[in-house]
Amino acid sequence: MLIATLLIFGAALVGPVVHRLLGRFAAPVLALAPLAGFIYFLREAKRIFEGGSVFENWNWAPELGVMLGFRLDGLALLFALLVTGVGVLVVVYAGAYLKGHVHLGRFYSYLLGFMGSMLGLVLTDNVIALFVFWELTSITSYLLIGFDHQRKAARDSALQALLVTGIGGLALLAGLVLLGVLGMQASLDDPWSVSGLIEGLAGGAIDRDSGLVHGAVVLILLGALTKSAIFPFHFWLPGAMEAPTPVSAYLHSSTMVKAGIFLIARFQQGFSGMALWDTTLVVLGGITMVGTVFLASRQTYYKKLLAYSTTSSLGAMAMLLGLGANAAVGAMGYLFAHAMFKGALFLVAGNVDHGAHEKDTEKVGGLAGKMPLTFAAALLAAASMAGVAPMLGFAAKKLMKYGLHGSEWETILVVGVTAFSVMTAMVACMVGVLPFIGKLKGSAGEAHEVSPGLLFGPLVLAVLGVVAGVMPGWFAAPLIASAASSVAGAEKSVSIGLGSLMKADLSMALTVGAIVAGVVLFVVRALWRRATSPVEWLDVVGPARMYTRSVSGTLWLAWWQTRILQNGYLRHYVWTILGTTIALVGYGLYRSGIERIPLPIDQPFYFEIALVMFIMAGAIGASTIRTRLAVVSVLGIVGFAIAAVYVIFGAFDVAMTQFAIETLIVIILVLVVYHLPRFRSFSTPISRWMDVLLALGFGAMMTVLALLAADVTLSGPISDYFAENAAPVAYGRNVVNVILVDFRATDTFGEIVVLALAALGVMTLLRLRASNPNGGTEGDGGKGEGA
Amino acid sequence: MNLLLSITVGVLFAASIYMILRRSVVKLIIGLVLLGHGANLLIFLSSGLVRGRPPLVPMGESRLEGEYSDPLPAALILTAIVISFGIVSFAAVLVKRAYQEVGTDDLDEMKNTDR
Repeated sequence: MLIATLLIFGAALVGPVVHRLLGRFAAPVLALAPLAGFIYFLREAKRIFEGGSVFENWNWAPELGVMLGFRLDGLALLFALLVTGVGVLVVVYAGAYLKGHVHLGRFYSYLLGFMGSMLGLVLTDNVIALFVFWELTSITSYLLIGFDHQRKAARDSALQALLVTGIGGLALLAGLVLLGVLGMQASLDDPWSVSGLIEGLAGGAIDRDSGLVHGAVVLILLGALTKSAIFPFHFWLPGAMEAPTPVSAYLHSSTMVKAGIFLIARFQQGFSGMALWDTTLVVLGGITMVGTVFLASRQTYYKKLLAYSTTSSLGAMAMLLGLGANAAVGAMGYLFAHAMFKGALFLVAGNVDHGAHEKDTEKVGGLAGKMPLTFAAALLAAASMAGVAPMLGFAAKKLMKYGLHGSEWETILVVGVTAFSVMTAMVACMVGVLPFIGKLKGSAGEAHEVSPGLLFGPLVLAVLGVVAGVMPGWFAAPLIASAASSVAGAEKSVSIGLGSLMKADLSMALTVGAIVAGVVLFVVRALWRRATSPVEWLDVVGPARMYTRSVSGTLWLAWWQTRILQNGYLRHYVWTILGTTIALVGYGLYRSGIERIPLPIDQPFYFEIALVMFIMAGAIGASTIRTRLAVVSVLGIVGFAIAAVYVIFGAFDVAMTQFAIETLIVIILVLVVYHLPRFRSFSTPISRWMDVLLALGFGAMMTVLALLAADVTLSGPISDYFAENAAPVAYGRNVVNVILVDFRATDTFGEIVVLALAALGVMTLLRLRASNPNGGTEGDGGKGEGA
Repeated sequence: MNLLLSITVGVLFAASIYMILRRSVVKLIIGLVLLGHGANLLIFLSSGLVRGRPPLVPMGESRLEGEYSDPLPAALILTAIVISFGIVSFAAVLVKRAYQEVGTDDLDEMKNTDR
């Protein structure tokens, strides 16, 4: 399984190269990778149908006990076959659909990369790997939706999909980690394996009543519902229709949006029975099912119709999963049927766009004669979607209804599912019939049947839908049954033979009635759209609007805080930093007690007092005198006075350095300062006094810190080591020198490097001529070379 | 003396911060110089003051005995002084150059030149 996944990722890597080398044969060649996976999963299928499952363990980080586990059970098998099988068709289709596109090679990479991520997601048994694959699907789908990156709409939709599913993904990570931690507390064998955790939850090793489990449920549901575009996150999916059609067919019908459904199904055994889990799924799933199919019924654009009806189907699946083990068969059956007919219909939409250059179903008509094969595929798929016997869709609808039995919400759910069926049947007519019947209309006159590469995919999917319905025992029934068994955790049998379903009961009446009502609704669609137009005000308050609001709100917040905190004014930065420091340190000092500050009273010598006065007067003078030369002289006085302090207190090396450096600084400043403007006052008096206040506050804080620091004695000062070893080890009697050139010689070397770099910088700055001839040399004395 | 020097440190820091907060770019350099002095003196103070006993090992002895000035802060400050010299000279030339190119010594106006 790892090999199958890696094979597809490998194909993604070489995609552009293959495309360049093989041109139009690249698609079939690249499709070999998913095909190989498909065949592998088919070979394993028999074992799975018999109730077994395949485990595969690879050492990932054995030292940490992390295994990269893969598991193939019924659920994973269903998804793996869909991912690889539909994947083959879509790669072939994409090759024909985007023929001649400049970035087709890149497209292969994205598509196969997505495929590998999706396959890894459904197969992995490790929660962290699950999350990684999950996010990989989000990222690759971002690239795919935004493939037409020159259009703003495509970029915006891609970003929207990424943000919504990405936030959900983070919630999922938190939920999974929470579960893993709970698993560790419950000392499960492997708390980071999906199957282990689910067993722990189902078996009672992890207490499901605890608040933490409920938190995990909320977080995991958040991940699943955003991914599967369930209300209130349904809005990103119609937007994602900006993607090229093969992407919509693949990501938004059979795979990525079903990742959320997969996750729910995967954790079904673990959480089913918890009121939070069940109720959320049934309520939100039900709202999505009815609400978005209603929105679909008001659309006319091909892909929008399909997109909204897809969210409603996802809602139906989520709702069924919320109903527990009984409805698992219905959920899996509908999932399987949906992948077939919706995939086919998306590809049909692409063909109509390709052949007749029309995206609006109302604006084109009479294509049946021009595009007979596309029409055949469309008709079969639409029939399955509407639930017409003997298509697989018919069986799926029946299974759905069986799933509702025995639920406490049965009545309202039956009503909801019936409404869903009616409107789905109408949408099926819109997409499968409307563009093909009637008189030639719009651009249909110049329409032409599309190339075999474009027909292959939709025909295969549509025909499979029929075959599965007519001969369920061949592959459909066991596949659905084994998937449902692993969802429910108990053996489930599926009888979807036409004979067993053709019973004249209420559910049969509802099914037939729904189709008839759907067709009626289709005929009076213009009236229906007008009658339901009041719902348009929902756009103003809907979640899509919320999304736009919150995105622009976030951007505004970022802009605002950048403007406040990072506005490019040095003194504002200094203010922020120092103000915060003073506040925090001041609070710390206050908490530790002001009275602890030592105030040593001793008798300094008079000349010492005089020196200190010099320093203080110099510092104050340097900040108030307005003549440049005077300030430089005052700075010199400060420096020399400080050097004298060093001498008095036994640091004559420091003092010597200070004398030398101070002299140099004075010389440099004198030389440079005459090329600089005179001091000018730019600030207002208020801001000057504010600055004085801040400066004084900071100075006071430093004084207090200095007093406290003198009082602190660290245990075992390292100076003793130097004092002891300077003479015997380093053969030097001046300990300061020995530290600099022996014990900490590398530090001194670093210092020399800094100095050399500064010298280089100075030289460069002086040598470089002004690049801009107008580079102002106005003001007093801007010419000349300087030092 | 400790108290006096602590106050001196505070005054040096206050003066330097005030200068750094000014809009004239030349005053910024003055502030940098003062900041270096304040920091060095703070390090020097924090080890405790000892008058007239430099950390020199007398001839004939193998180690320092009794009370002596702490050599470690001295070594640190020595390095710091040299580096602050590098910084100040680089900053001075940079400011001179920037003034030549931009034609203003107002930091607020310099902020707008790259637009």
